[in-house]
Amino acid sequence: MGDEMDEELQGLKAELSKHGIFTTTFEEMYNWGRKNSVWPLTFGLACCAIEMIATTMARYDLARFGAEVFRASPRQADLIIVSGTVTKKMAPQVVRLYNQMPEPKYVIAMGACAISGGPFRDGYNVLRGIDRYIPVDVHIPGCPPRPEALIDAFMMLQKKIAAQSLTGEDRPRHLREDAPSEFVVPKEGEHGLEPPQNAEVWNPLRVIQE
Amino acid sequence: MWMLVPESPWLTVVVLLAGAIGFALAPLGLAALWSRKFSPQKPGPQKNAAYECGLESPGDAWIQFNASYYLYAIVFLIFDVEAIFLLPFAVAFSGLTAGACLAMLLFLLLLVEGLVWACQKGILNWT
Repeated sequence: MGDEMDEELQGLKAELSKHGIFTTTFEEMYNWGRKNSVWPLTFGLACCAIEMIATTMARYDLARFGAEVFRASPRQADLIIVSGTVTKKMAPQVVRLYNQMPEPKYVIAMGACAISGGPFRDGYNVLRGIDRYIPVDVHIPGCPPRPEALIDAFMMLQKKIAAQSLTGEDRPRHLREDAPSEFVVPKEGEHGLEPPQNAEVWNPLRVIQE
Repeated sequence: MWMLVPESPWLTVVVLLAGAIGFALAPLGLAALWSRKFSPQKPGPQKNAAYECGLESPGDAWIQFNASYYLYAIVFLIFDVEAIFLLPFAVAFSGLTAGACLAMLLFLLLLVEGLVWACQKGILNWT
């Protein structure tokens, strides 16, 4: 579909809504349903988990966004909130749980530890960010981030889901035949985890000097 | 006044039955179509694993358990029941008749007998 036609359709939609006629597309309906029922996995690693729990309780009330149903099984979860320090001992479990979640699935890396190792970055047993092994959708900085930050990240994820198209090049990975179903689970090696990162998902920005 | 009378009186039932079956099957068909088109499964060995706690399950669930637990139960009975009945006995001791005291001592003898049995069996040895 060309941009011109797209604009025309948007104009028609706006015009119709002025007359009280609501129009939508199949894709929008699908994404609207998906983004308003994101069920997170009951999964906490460290102090960020306490903030995550606070987010779900009455004061911050994540239920407003349709995400109050924390599932105790990865089979029923859409979202894994990596909340806290990922130790090298825990990393294989995190990746395995992510692998066991059904598609489509999303990841929020919550807090400085989950995104980079945080204050424990130089620890002998701390993974320097979970995005070395699984594709992270939203990173939240902070130590720990306040519940508002988690809600902000959650709304960002909802925007991301709403913007996904079912067809075309940028369709989500669960609709791609070539996207892998499972990511490599690291193993305890002689010098830390083997492999140290998954090259498929770990794409750090690098400064190239010319 | 007239009404439409089908040729066969069972025709209405058949039509309604077909409609009912259609109502039951259509959502199932739609769900199957939907899942195939928009939520394709991506199975894998880990996703299909039986356990979902994040850890790989080691060993076999069909293992034998030690059946000698009954010894603990018997020794527990001796000490616990004794303590429970000794307390009211001690509280009411000054007002008891000689017959009641004799009955209580007989009861204690029974329990002590059990203790002697346990001792002879070697359960109480700390090795």
